Amino acid sequence: MTSARPRRRTSHGTRSAPYAFLFPAALLFALFFALPIGYALWLSLHKVEVDGLGLGKNARHEVWAGIGNYTDALTDSELLHGALRVLGYGAIVIPVMLGLALLFALLLDTERVRLTPFTRLAIFLPYAVPGVIAALLWGFLYLQDVSPFFYVLDKLGLPQPDLLDGGPLYLALSNIAVWGGTGFNMIVIYTSLRSIPAEVHEAAKLDGCSQLQIALRIKIPMVAPSLVLTFFFSIIATLQVFSEPTTLKPLTNSVSTTWSPLMKVYQDAFGKGDINSAAATAVIIAVVTLLLSFGFLRAANSRTKKEATR
Amino acid sequence: MPFTKHRRFHATSLALALGAATLTACGSSDDESQAESGPAALTYWAWTPGMDKVVDLWNKGPGKKEQIKVTVKKQASGDTLVTKILTAHKAKKAPDLVQAEYQALPTLVSNDALADISGEVGKAESEFPAGVWQQTTLGSDAVYAVPQDSGPMMFYYRADLFEKYGLKAPATWDEFAKTARALKKKAPDKDLTTFSANDSGLFAGLAQQAGAKWWTTEGEKWKVGIDDAATRKVADFWGGLVEEGAIDNQPMYTPAWNKALNTGKQIAWVSAVWAPGTLTTAAPDTKGKWAMAPLPQWSKGENTTGSWGGSSTAVTTDSDHKGAAAKFAAWLNTDPKALGALAKEGGIYPAATAAQTSGAFAEPPAFFAGQKDFYPRAAEIAKTAAPGAWGPNVNVAYTSFKDAFGSAAKNKSDFGDALTTMQDATVADLKKQGFGVAP
Repeated sequence: MTSARPRRRTSHGTRSAPYAFLFPAALLFALFFALPIGYALWLSLHKVEVDGLGLGKNARHEVWAGIGNYTDALTDSELLHGALRVLGYGAIVIPVMLGLALLFALLLDTERVRLTPFTRLAIFLPYAVPGVIAALLWGFLYLQDVSPFFYVLDKLGLPQPDLLDGGPLYLALSNIAVWGGTGFNMIVIYTSLRSIPAEVHEAAKLDGCSQLQIALRIKIPMVAPSLVLTFFFSIIATLQVFSEPTTLKPLTNSVSTTWSPLMKVYQDAFGKGDINSAAATAVIIAVVTLLLSFGFLRAANSRTKKEATR
Repeated sequence: MPFTKHRRFHATSLALALGAATLTACGSSDDESQAESGPAALTYWAWTPGMDKVVDLWNKGPGKKEQIKVTVKKQASGDTLVTKILTAHKAKKAPDLVQAEYQALPTLVSNDALADISGEVGKAESEFPAGVWQQTTLGSDAVYAVPQDSGPMMFYYRADLFEKYGLKAPATWDEFAKTARALKKKAPDKDLTTFSANDSGLFAGLAQQAGAKWWTTEGEKWKVGIDDAATRKVADFWGGLVEEGAIDNQPMYTPAWNKALNTGKQIAWVSAVWAPGTLTTAAPDTKGKWAMAPLPQWSKGENTTGSWGGSSTAVTTDSDHKGAAAKFAAWLNTDPKALGALAKEGGIYPAATAAQTSGAFAEPPAFFAGQKDFYPRAAEIAKTAAPGAWGPNVNVAYTSFKDAFGSAAKNKSDFGDALTTMQDATVADLKKQGFGVAP
């Protein structure tokens, strides 16, 4: 009995300590994450209504809209078309970018490669160029009348395709993303390649494996987790594509103001001033992004688990 | 024990400090509207370059006498600023004075962001062309802004190349089409001009010239006339030229467009009074080779133009010193000294009639040094500007224009369909917001 009191006091003190440590993070989380999301949800469930001409005082009031904004957004064909466009764009970007990243990482990791640090930096450097600048740079190169590429094509008498129209537009946009993103993904994969112990390679070589076999049978399976990670990041980045098409938009008639779903959110909020619809569309995009990216992560995890138990 | 306690104290104080820091970050900048009595300090959001120098004239002159000090905060132009003003107004923290394009006024008024300053500035009405002034009243007894600059539209062409190809500045749109075709015949790789879908203001101005009234009121209802006969005439005209390939269909303000103007691949531009400034940067090699003429007319003998651009100075409902702010707005846009400085520092073309022929406009713009009567002619043309008729969702119509006409120009398809799309999108948005809409 006599020893119980001090013990209880100690346990009380240690029990509240974690909360004190958690408090700053929890506060920041609440202020800058939960609160804005809550406000977006609140906005998405309301709408502004106007009376008559809408001029003069008190002509506007905010009213409950229920799921009206959501049904409007989901039945808006422009949003669906935007999503399909982004899907087509992603189908080009993700395989090409990750394929190149893996290839470059494997090449850099092979023995007897010269100038590794320089090459690594050169491939990574485009990632350091801000997306808007990259899009501007490429936009100039895509324009027939000012691009040196087209000048060369012209001099050689080769056909000069309009890169900012129809199918080539997807390639043009994807190219910007691939150019900017390959380096980053390569570094992630390369880092995990470097962490494979040397004896694994040596054992494989003693067994008579060629470099190609080592790459296919040993390295790629061993860096699978980082491939999953880069794929996960790439899905999110693709679904959020905004700056490239927005930057190319003034250069061509082919990119509409609602080309990608995020551009539609921007247009609704800042072009039309309809913040409520924009909030609803933003929530939908967030949910789809979460479902897709975490769905992929779960699928990948359960597969690796299965393989581990095998 | 004391050690843990000590650490916990640190953690708590850190948390409190962080919390306090974030709270202050959220709640700052609400100290401007405190001066209730005595001298007034006003903030002014504007994008005109050199506005701070013009305001200095006020602060050192009449402002000093009346103890009204104005501070300019430079902003991005056009639609971006409208969004910013509306956002600030939601928090009841809009600045005292704002620069606003004419077509943005109904949007701002319908959000109750602009104050009626008819009492303070009503007398200034006579200083401005009726068509311009009317845009600041929205057809009511109220006055929501003082006109600052205007953008009467004109026809610009390469005088040297027109001569080379035996062309004449077209007086009617019919002649304009013939000129475009004649040029195509003589020089197939050149274009008279382009139809650009990336600036809705140009199309709106052309429609105004044809007599379109896109937004009008019928009792308590808005009537949208984007798809009216006048606008349809304009759309069909340009759509026809694009379809037959008589003119180009690529957007303007791109590096490719700059090059086309600079190298003489495009030899004319339908633009407004501010075009010399744009041409100076877009086509520097063509200095002195351009000439300005009135906009082609729909039928011979007519004399009307549209407006592309132009802005006004408005007082917000959030201002604590509306009277003082209105006084400054009136001075800025009617005082000869202020207007001279605006022309010199900001390169604007004043809306006030007297200022258009003042000393600041005695010489032609450097880019048009050869055309001595540039500004006297511009002043004549400015008088013929058809009034604009704007509604509360110009932004929606403008966006719809960019998308619908952009794809129509790209596909060389029917501009009439694009116009229907624009009309429908605008009406649908008004209805969705709950405005009364007349059929």
